[in-house]
Amino acid sequence: MTTDATIEVRGLRKRYGPHLALDGMTFTVRPGQVTGFVGPNGAGKSTTMRVILGLDRADGGSALVGGRPYRSLTHPLRVVGSLLDAGALQPSRTARNHLLWLAHSQGLGAARVDEVLDIVGLASVARRRAGGFSLGMRQRLGIAAALLGDPAAVLLDEPFNGMDPEGIIWTRGVLRSLAAEGRAVLVSSHLMGELQGTADHVVIAGRGRVVADATVADLLAAAAGGRVTVRTTAPGAGAVLAEAGATVTPAGPDALTVSGLAAEEVTGLLGARRVPFSEVSAHRATLEDAYLELTRDAVDFRGAAS
Amino acid sequence: MNGFLLAVRAEWTKFRTVPGWVIATALAAVAMVGLGLGPSMQGSCGRHGPGSECAMPVGPGGEEVTDAFTFAHRPLTGDGSVTAHVASMTGQLSDDRALLTPWAKAGLIVKDGTRPGSSYAAVMLTGAHGVRMQYDYTHDRAGSPGTAPRWLRLTRSGDTVTGAESVDGAQWTDVGSARLPDLPSTVEIGLFATSPQYAEITSESIGTMSAATQRSLLTAAFDKVTPADGWTGTLVGEPTNRDRGGYQQDGDRHILTGTGDIGPAVAGATGLGTTVTQTLVGTFAALIGMVVVGTLMATGEYRRGLIRTTLAATPGRGRVLAAKAVVVAAVTFVTGVAAAAAVVTLGQRVLRSNGVYVHPASTTTELRVIAGTGALLAVAAVLALALGTLLRRGTTAVTAAVVTIVLPYMLVLTALPVDAGRWVLRVTPAAAFAVQQSAKQYDQVENLYIPVEGYFPLPPWAGFGVLAAYTAVALAAAAWLLRRRDA
Repeated sequence: MTTDATIEVRGLRKRYGPHLALDGMTFTVRPGQVTGFVGPNGAGKSTTMRVILGLDRADGGSALVGGRPYRSLTHPLRVVGSLLDAGALQPSRTARNHLLWLAHSQGLGAARVDEVLDIVGLASVARRRAGGFSLGMRQRLGIAAALLGDPAAVLLDEPFNGMDPEGIIWTRGVLRSLAAEGRAVLVSSHLMGELQGTADHVVIAGRGRVVADATVADLLAAAAGGRVTVRTTAPGAGAVLAEAGATVTPAGPDALTVSGLAAEEVTGLLGARRVPFSEVSAHRATLEDAYLELTRDAVDFRGAAS
Repeated sequence: MNGFLLAVRAEWTKFRTVPGWVIATALAAVAMVGLGLGPSMQGSCGRHGPGSECAMPVGPGGEEVTDAFTFAHRPLTGDGSVTAHVASMTGQLSDDRALLTPWAKAGLIVKDGTRPGSSYAAVMLTGAHGVRMQYDYTHDRAGSPGTAPRWLRLTRSGDTVTGAESVDGAQWTDVGSARLPDLPSTVEIGLFATSPQYAEITSESIGTMSAATQRSLLTAAFDKVTPADGWTGTLVGEPTNRDRGGYQQDGDRHILTGTGDIGPAVAGATGLGTTVTQTLVGTFAALIGMVVVGTLMATGEYRRGLIRTTLAATPGRGRVLAAKAVVVAAVTFVTGVAAAAAVVTLGQRVLRSNGVYVHPASTTTELRVIAGTGALLAVAAVLALALGTLLRRGTTAVTAAVVTIVLPYMLVLTALPVDAGRWVLRVTPAAAFAVQQSAKQYDQVENLYIPVEGYFPLPPWAGFGVLAAYTAVALAAAAWLLRRRDA
């Protein structure tokens, strides 16, 4: 693994005929983190990844890996491992041979191929035709290919697609450990939920540009807005909480929604004033909530529907 | 290892790990050998007991020759000359049509005895090619055009024999001279007449071509011959000559009737048997196989998006294309050379055991044919690879490759009129089949020098150059487009 492989995407622009695919896409993928790359279909995620890998040419802007354009890397797979399309296989070639030609292209040998086959759990089917693999197995093979060169940066486009729950859990584990080893990891998904518990940082894309770029913790806090639901029939409850500075709104005959105070503060206050309550629950926002809120305006519905 | 070698190694691993491509390559070789060795031509040489072998006289240069003519001769020791006036030449075909064939010959000859294949020099008048000076079978020089009557003179002076012609017997022009160092001091000198097998294309419409060959006869009248007396008539050469040929002297007039030819032996319509080229009939099958493999090496990756994996591993796109070209060319060349070597060596034996006379080719020619066939297949596979890269879709690219590379050759062999066929073999990639020509084309020998008989319009490596040029252009376009477009 080579040292620094921060991926810097700066102001990428690309147009396909009348369609503006990238409109100033800018973000950074830092080592030691899993960066989730989220957005609806057509937001420019795959295009951005292809530009980073030197496959597509941007009309403007730059994408650098460790300060260098991908195309200038001597053994690119030893710097950046990538999985764009798990179906990109010659069906009659075996899994092992698929990895073998990739290894040979980087000056690596068969021993490394067997190592990554072990890592992804495909050692037992290594000599079977890749054409007979399920989508989940192809995803594992694609991840094996991405890990082949022991790269400092890893780019995975929709790696959870077609995976069974066990595979999703396994993939998350792989992503976490790659980041823990100090690698820069970029994972795209059109489902924010898939990244919950995996990503440290999220870049949300819409219509070819970045809509939000924040840590997962910040995003969750913003989406939840610190709301707490209190279940009580005591008439003084609202006043007690309002005095402490909270905004209180009734939410039905026996419930109040409180914002501006944490759940522990609410239970503390009500306990001290001996106001009876049956339940205090903090409203936990999911990444999905945060995402939907942020992309409400950015989703290109017309583009997706017509 | 440098980047290009890594790319070549990766492409080689890719090639050998797709069973279909390896099998197709093996099948290409098997088809070529199978078609070459399978029972195709039958002949009668050596099949009717002793004496039926097809043995040809061998000329002073070691080459096989035809040497059959009617000869009115007398010995000459030391220097001397013969002069004669060729009064008339009339020709007749064996179907009784009166026709003077273009290469019917009558004139004067000095020869080392009357044994077929011996050294000679001759000055002659021909049916349609004017006055010629020819010697030792393969050498030919043109004099003035025109036909009988004409005066001719042949003079021996030491090693040198000089031919001269004259319209009036007074003013003489040298046609040419020959140095024949092996000529003994006593030679036979005299008048000769002969007329080769006559071949004509009898019907030629799209899809059918038929040629007919028949014996032709020349009757030549000489007068004012010096020296005037001492002439003996001999029918030199093959036994068939004896049926029709003859010599009569009537005072000053000498009438010679002859059939046959004096020249290098040729394969095909007017000659005997076939050539090494015939053993390579299966090349087109191998060509189809390798063109498909070459195309799929490019389009297979586009079809499945694998091209992105390839270009992510090796971002140098020209390098990727070059590596693929090197691998497909090397694999195809080795396969093609192995198949061609097998078929050229074994195929000749098979043909001979079938009673077919196969004109022997020199080792150099056989090596050129074998290496050339391998190179033809290899470069065609690279052209297919380039087309695959340009067009990206398998069916489109395979169709385009077969239409540009294989189809022209098939049309030439089966359907096209001769002239159209020759044109196709000059301007399309199929021109490269010229590397398989093993027989030499002699313009002074009557024959149908047509592609079906293994005679191509371009010299071997020039024909190959046409294919190479197409490939270079296609490869350059593929590299340019590959660099330019998004993967």
